[in-house]
Amino acid sequence: MAERFDVIVVGAGPAGNAAAYTLATAGLDVLQIERGEYPGAKNVQGAILYSDALEDIIPDFRDDAPLERHVVEQRMWMLDQRAHVATHYRCEPEPDEAPNRYTIIRAQFDKWFHRKVKEAGALVICETTVTDLIKDGDRVVGVRTDREGGEVRADAVILAEGVNGLVAQRAGLAKPLKPEHAALAVKEMHFLPSDVIEQRFNIGEEDGVVIEVAGSVTEGMLGTGFIYTNRESLSVGLGCLVSDFQASGVKPYDLLERFKRHPSIRGLVAGGEVKEYAAHLIPEGGYKAMPKVFGDGWLIAGDTGQFVNSLHREGSNLAMTTGRMAAQTLIELREENKPFTAANLARYRKALDGSYVMKDLKKYRHLPEILHRNKQFVTAYPRLLAGAADTWFRVDGVDKRSKQRQILRSFRQTRSLPGLIGDAFKLMRAVR
Amino acid sequence: MTEATAVKVEEKLFQNRYLVDEGRPHVCVRDPSRVSASLQSLATICPAGCWATREDGTVEPSLDGCLECGTCRIVTGGDVELDWNYPRGGYGIQYKFG
Repeated sequence: MAERFDVIVVGAGPAGNAAAYTLATAGLDVLQIERGEYPGAKNVQGAILYSDALEDIIPDFRDDAPLERHVVEQRMWMLDQRAHVATHYRCEPEPDEAPNRYTIIRAQFDKWFHRKVKEAGALVICETTVTDLIKDGDRVVGVRTDREGGEVRADAVILAEGVNGLVAQRAGLAKPLKPEHAALAVKEMHFLPSDVIEQRFNIGEEDGVVIEVAGSVTEGMLGTGFIYTNRESLSVGLGCLVSDFQASGVKPYDLLERFKRHPSIRGLVAGGEVKEYAAHLIPEGGYKAMPKVFGDGWLIAGDTGQFVNSLHREGSNLAMTTGRMAAQTLIELREENKPFTAANLARYRKALDGSYVMKDLKKYRHLPEILHRNKQFVTAYPRLLAGAADTWFRVDGVDKRSKQRQILRSFRQTRSLPGLIGDAFKLMRAVR
Repeated sequence: MTEATAVKVEEKLFQNRYLVDEGRPHVCVRDPSRVSASLQSLATICPAGCWATREDGTVEPSLDGCLECGTCRIVTGGDVELDWNYPRGGYGIQYKFG
């Protein structure tokens, strides 16, 4: 192994793979280090793949990437104890249209991406944990690993080490996540024959459904549940803020069990064989919780930089885009014969600012704290909506005007008129 | 309702694939005699049920089923109460699906 590389990439998730692939394709000497037995061994996601971010890196990825189903239907459910109020959006893609979203299984997808990285010419070492950065003054000049004599040097290090960001934190480049800035998600893989999935969800052989669920299933905590259809399995999971789990004392796996038993969910997951149980943190702090993402000889990409748009359930696309942009910044500087100093790497942040990544994160910068302080959006409102639907649809001799009044009264009694108006403003401020 | 749906987390973890690094726990309580609310909360919040509270209020991890999510680390303030590391390269949870 060469003692010295142009760039070291820490981690082989979407951010690390995007970075390593982009760098190696441009001819830079890249070392990528992954702690799992194979790339994907430590990685967890729902998982939805958004094509756009990957097309920017590997335009013909559809030729051989392990894609499960392309998403033709999105369901958003508000659950009460025995009911749900739902919106469904379904659209068959045009025959010649390339789908925009797919379900994937991360361990398989990450192995595929890893193969592409190796084919592009990067050196990838697995089963090796990076423990620390090597610094010369403030400048990062390499990494230490848990291998014997495991010091490696490079002109730049891209930290794509995932949500926990141990290396970045130990080097003083980022702070530990706060419990209110992270969601703990638990997930199971339920295996069912593909034809059973297609019948249950009313979909064709290649088609997939995504169900996102809010309301009573999180038992007052800020969070959502989900069911994603894969080819021969369902990803079934639920995530809530860590600080809410702390306050409630609810055990994550008990919550998942109750979620699966909800009358609206039960029939969809019935009879599946569970083959894996996973848990992972998701950064939820958004724009205001972001660390500095570049400095002398280093760049941060993916979850380590808190690049997650929690409202839109986007993370892996931001990871891939930030990984690609970090790599492109280094490629440009190398072509211009400029050193990887903090001043020069500021280009990375500028590129991010000009892209959907920072524009979206900035748009929703108030969202985390507003939702954190206003649990009614996930507790009272789903209950009110389900109650309103029940009142409206029940034919019981009560006239419709009285029903209308009864529904309005239920909203006023629960939130009060100023409360309702205040909630509307808060929601607008959070998402505008 | 809680009673009826209580599950054994061990049964869930049984489906997973691990390579356990025998005799090298990757998470330790810095002061094993310490009693604190945040440490005690680990017994409920850990999604793999790795933490038990002893009679004297101190806590004890058993990490064979650890999912390396990092929740115990952030509820105890980062590196304040726990000495938290990833397992050595190649060890720990190996997700088949993720």
